[in-house]
Amino acid sequence: MSAVVELPRRVPAPVLDEGQFHELRRFADALSPEQLLWASGYLAGLQGAGVAAPAAEPVAEAVRIVVLYGSQTGTGAALAERVAERARTLGFEAETLDMLRYRRARLREDRNLLLIVSTHGDGDPPDSAQELHALVTGAKAPKLADTHFAVLALGDASYPRFCQAGKDFDEALAAAGGTRLVERVDCDLDYEEAAGQWTERVLGKLNEQRPDTPRVAAVPGAAARPAWTRHKPFAAPLLERLPLTAEGSSREVWHLELDLAGSEIEFASGDSLSIVPSNPPELVEALVERLSLDGDAAVATPQGERTLAEALASRYEITRLTRPFVERYAAAAESDQLRGLAVDAEGLAKWMDGRDVLDVVAEHPVQGLSAQDFADMLRVLPARRYSIASSPLAYPDEAHLTVAPVRWASRGRDRFGVASTQLIERLTEGDGVPVFLEGHAAFRLPEDPERPIIMIGAGTGVAPYRAFLQEREVLGAPGRNWLFFGDRNFRTDFLYQREWLQWRDDGLLTQLDVAFSRDQQDKVYVQDRLRERAADLYAWLEEGAALYVCGAERMGHDVHQALIGVVGAAGGLPADKAEAYVEDLKHTGRYHRDVY
Amino acid sequence: MSTDKPLSDVERIKTASRGLRGSLIESLNLRHTGAVHADDTQVIKFHGIYQQDDRDVRAERQRRKLEPQYQFMARLRLPGGVLDATQWLALSQLARAYGDGSLRITSRQSIQFHGLFKENLKPALQDLDRVLLDTISACGDINRNVIACANPNRSLLHGEVYGWAQRIAAHLMPRSRAYHEIWLDGEPVVQPEDEPLYGKTYLPRKFKIALAIPPSNDVDVFAHDLGFVAIEEEGRLAGFNVTVGGGMGRSHTNLATYPRVADVIGFCTPEQVLAVTEAVVTAQRDNGDRSDRAQARLKYTIDRMGLDVFVAEVERRSGFDLAPTRPARFDTSGDEFGWVDHADGTASLALYVPGGRVVDGQPEYLPLSGLDELVRAHGGELRLTCNQNLVLAGVSSAARPQVEAVLERFELDLAPRRTPLETGAMACVAFPTCPLAMAESERYLPALLQSLNALLAEFDLERENLSLRVTGCPNGCARPYLAEIGLVGRAPGLYDLHLGSDRAGARLNTRVRESLDEAGLLDTLRPLFARFAQERADGEGFGDFLHRLDLLGATSTSEQGVIA
Repeated sequence: MSAVVELPRRVPAPVLDEGQFHELRRFADALSPEQLLWASGYLAGLQGAGVAAPAAEPVAEAVRIVVLYGSQTGTGAALAERVAERARTLGFEAETLDMLRYRRARLREDRNLLLIVSTHGDGDPPDSAQELHALVTGAKAPKLADTHFAVLALGDASYPRFCQAGKDFDEALAAAGGTRLVERVDCDLDYEEAAGQWTERVLGKLNEQRPDTPRVAAVPGAAARPAWTRHKPFAAPLLERLPLTAEGSSREVWHLELDLAGSEIEFASGDSLSIVPSNPPELVEALVERLSLDGDAAVATPQGERTLAEALASRYEITRLTRPFVERYAAAAESDQLRGLAVDAEGLAKWMDGRDVLDVVAEHPVQGLSAQDFADMLRVLPARRYSIASSPLAYPDEAHLTVAPVRWASRGRDRFGVASTQLIERLTEGDGVPVFLEGHAAFRLPEDPERPIIMIGAGTGVAPYRAFLQEREVLGAPGRNWLFFGDRNFRTDFLYQREWLQWRDDGLLTQLDVAFSRDQQDKVYVQDRLRERAADLYAWLEEGAALYVCGAERMGHDVHQALIGVVGAAGGLPADKAEAYVEDLKHTGRYHRDVY
Repeated sequence: MSTDKPLSDVERIKTASRGLRGSLIESLNLRHTGAVHADDTQVIKFHGIYQQDDRDVRAERQRRKLEPQYQFMARLRLPGGVLDATQWLALSQLARAYGDGSLRITSRQSIQFHGLFKENLKPALQDLDRVLLDTISACGDINRNVIACANPNRSLLHGEVYGWAQRIAAHLMPRSRAYHEIWLDGEPVVQPEDEPLYGKTYLPRKFKIALAIPPSNDVDVFAHDLGFVAIEEEGRLAGFNVTVGGGMGRSHTNLATYPRVADVIGFCTPEQVLAVTEAVVTAQRDNGDRSDRAQARLKYTIDRMGLDVFVAEVERRSGFDLAPTRPARFDTSGDEFGWVDHADGTASLALYVPGGRVVDGQPEYLPLSGLDELVRAHGGELRLTCNQNLVLAGVSSAARPQVEAVLERFELDLAPRRTPLETGAMACVAFPTCPLAMAESERYLPALLQSLNALLAEFDLERENLSLRVTGCPNGCARPYLAEIGLVGRAPGLYDLHLGSDRAGARLNTRVRESLDEAGLLDTLRPLFARFAQERADGEGFGDFLHRLDLLGATSTSEQGVIA
């Protein structure tokens, strides 16, 4: 990492004059993180002493901060790491910890808790946060009179129970007697800026509270970032794109190979790659026309000035609705209907389903809305994450993706999933796909190459398992591998079939069970296969197998229930014991889920 | 046969198959593949089933990381090619429910279905069982379907000869109950059955038997491992001339392979038929080449042992000597179409079935729904011919008007409107289902016929009775080496041209050109047709004409001549 701290570029008037400031900058730029840390303490110490002290102690006693994260995809974990890193540069002693591993007893000990937690599905916390969530929101929640805390909630504003898990933690810790350092911040998919601000405010507040210790003025500016970001993605050339489903399929799934050479993007099998999408030009055009605005009109965006058309194409989300947009637009439109919807979560969710920004604009036209006013209502276009379907060991400098273009018709118009159709329809081979890596998921192969793994996936959820097997093949990992795969029809939808069969023939894939829901009258899913194989499955678990589940939310839920059933039936355990058994798999890091 | 060479892998599979069971039950239960285990692809042949894949989509599926579109062909065991109306309708239903919606009448008096997916095999075979049909040993290294002259209006012997076909077929059935276990959920046996006739490894290669009734050689008796030529004396069946060692298969690259017409080795009485059959089958069982499958057919065994030695072996095994060959004469290997009235007041109708293929929605073929109607109107016996045509036998005078109405309504009686070249032509299945195909065959035939009709018309030869047979590879399923004009596929769009068989199918033709495209084919035939139109003798066939004028060059293969 070259620069841990991004220093302010302008003079923080009126503290220093320009000459002093540049002198300081030149000095600070040349320091390593450790040197900077020492220097910050030294400078702070000078303030207290009033005189130059050649060998002042940098920090008398560091304040401890625990950054707890509950993360499904790795975003929260990555953010937590950045917050901790930032805190350390400010002289704090900071520790990051997965909520999964956070023990009840520590709740009473830790004085400064920063929580970063995402929300999934119907307002649920991530798997790894469920137990802590249950503890602090439950009847046995410990009293936390001496605890200072702050919550950064991650979510997606297009869901009705946006950031619910974060809200729950925030309220529960306050109810238990904890003191908020700062107000909770709810981040939409474009979390980076809000998260950066929250970090600075929290650390600033903690800094103020440091008793008898040198105080460091929180240097504004974002925490350290990976080289490629949503705003500065790497353009990965599209090497190859081919269909995976056969002609006549009711599904359409594609295999993409991206060239990461030169990006220095480092990922591991199980990670996701984020794609910075852009909206379909026809939709942008239709929206500009419906707004009676000039596509060339300049608007200020968080990344600088753009034409309205450019901004709508690549900066703002227009294919999905969010409550904040509806609220803002309702105000502009002075529409009672929209205002009413904005306060009715259930009704709003239903209403937003199948509508996009163009629908709202068409149904509730507003006279005299400026391009800037309109742009300010919109949510920043978030990146879309795809599980990487290749192992960097097998395909160095490449990332393979498994993409199902999302298309549907609603209200008389064809609708598109913005990233998926961009990847499938609007890019051609050789084009650069804007990508970046957004933290590392917990979805990883076991460190022990001998540990058996059970991979359960439906549809494109099979992608990371391709990476897993590639990796275990390259490494010659002796652990047994079992794949459960589900899709609609055997003859058309068996994604990567030849590869699985080859691995099976080679002995790498020890067991292969498939379920195709539409090949027979009664629908059959992977969870049905789990139940059929209960005895063997339980035996594998007893032998220490790690479990992976990847696929749609609903499938994840059904599989979870089936697993409890499997453990109950094959292990002869009552329901509560079976459930505890499966929960324990999570705690021991043997049950990984990537559901979306 | 003693040999230093190791046994072929198929011999290992047969030995390990526990009476043709293999691991088929497990294979059928594999959900992640549409195929059966590699070894089971050999075992399943003995159950009348081939594993194939749709070659039209093979490359594209490979690109999409999908396995080939595996599917299966199932072929009936149907001695003498006789069916009743109920059975036909069940087959039709089965083709629609499980297959590709079409029936194929084969060149050996059977019916085969294509496009059966693995999970549909069992239900399909159970449906067959309900109408007393099966596919036992319709493929594999074992006696195949026993065929018999289908032409009921040529001889009073027909019923009797058909009876012998049934008896031979029954005599050579495997004892294994594997078929019942695997497909019909029969009780598994504890110990695999003995196969007193075949032994554990069955035969070295496929074995085909035909019964002919002169003057019709519709069964192509000379293309068979074992043949019986019915001899009629004073209106009764005196016995059979016995033929051995016929076979079509060869390969383009293995020069030790060749088509061979059968030798006539003597005469036996009807009572001796089963003994002769068993003697020939077991002589081949014990002397056939089990190392090199390309040398395993009886024709090679005979050429290796010498015909005299082989016949002596057969006579030793049967316990009696064959009598001298009796006179017999064939005039055609083709079918005669249309109605024939019989003395008992019934009639029969021989119907031309283009390509042997019956399917709805493809105008070049007869519609399956139309034939279903026809079969319902008739309600009686059906016979399949070895030229892939269909005979309605014993049509009562009461049913005939209705049958004729259906013929009219669906325009099923094509023979009068087609040239003799068309109605006599045969083509094998080839692409997209046959794994051996090198060139199109069945799908190419309609276009080829159009070109040849036009060429013949240039010389006023379009009503000429010319036999044309096309195959997509040299293995010879449509018996192309016994046609006056035979095309044998080499590569997409390229065929070897063979000319000069006689109309009775007793003389092999001669390869005159290799790897011709259609233009080359027509250019080669044009001057020959021109001379044929000018210089032929009265009633002389094209193949005989080419031989008389010695137009085929010196490469002419073994010439057997018509039995006299």
